[in-house]
Amino acid sequence: MEPVLPSLFPLGWQHYLLGGLLIGAGVAWLFVSTGLVGGMSSVFSSTWSYVLRLKYFQQPRYLDSRAWRLVYALGLVLGALLWWLWLGDGVALSTEIPIWQMLAGGFLVGYGARLGNGCTSGHGICGLGSLQWPSLLAVLTFMGTAFITANVVARWLP
Amino acid sequence: MNMLATLAAGVLFGFGLALSTMVQPEVVLSFLRFQDFGLMLVMGGAVAVTLVAYKLAPRLMGQPLLGGYFHQHVSAWNRDTLWGAAIFGVGWGLCGVCPGPAIAGLGTGNWTLLWALLGIALGALAQGWRASRPS
Repeated sequence: MEPVLPSLFPLGWQHYLLGGLLIGAGVAWLFVSTGLVGGMSSVFSSTWSYVLRLKYFQQPRYLDSRAWRLVYALGLVLGALLWWLWLGDGVALSTEIPIWQMLAGGFLVGYGARLGNGCTSGHGICGLGSLQWPSLLAVLTFMGTAFITANVVARWLP
Repeated sequence: MNMLATLAAGVLFGFGLALSTMVQPEVVLSFLRFQDFGLMLVMGGAVAVTLVAYKLAPRLMGQPLLGGYFHQHVSAWNRDTLWGAAIFGVGWGLCGVCPGPAIAGLGTGNWTLLWALLGIALGALAQGWRASRPS
């Protein structure tokens, strides 16, 4: 194991595992306390229902969940803020990814996640956590296209 | 009370995303480029805890702590799921940001993520608009 770990996890592995367990604890707590299944991408559809009359957004599944989904999202920001205040080094994080990649990539992420009814947390954590085989296929599919895209981008874009 | 519990769940989730550095697109992209397999540990850890809760809670408890009932995650395998997942992956591989980190990352002051957040919101809008049209 010893020589393998550093090459698989050059930045260490403990924070990944601990962070993952905490994410799981959040999803588990939501379920145990309220019975709700907490994927993340739905909030982007349910929030549109506040301002748009479009038929798709006015479905009961969005109207009935839009309030708690926004609160859940607010919790996400607060949780990360707490980490930053407690364990961060006082400097805001930044990224070198170009804005057009953020915007275009984000658009495809939003469109795809909502069309496919789930993202890394919806299919990945909640779907796999409830042993749904369609979610496993979805995860394998998006991992596959993401591997290809990320490697093509790394090769062809500086 | 329900909202407080939901907020707490979000806080745990967001703290975990930040601690595991998943709010940093560069780290996600380094996984997608096979340079650092940490994301597998994040996913594995999260799924393991969720699996136990989803399996045990309905068996050990009649209903959730705050009342109501246990919802179920139901997913179907069809054309929409296939295409949706494929498109999602292309976007994820392009920017290294998925919905959770796009939201949580704001708590770390990474304002560039607002562009990803805007993109995701517009993508969700486009999908809902298209789905609202008679086919």
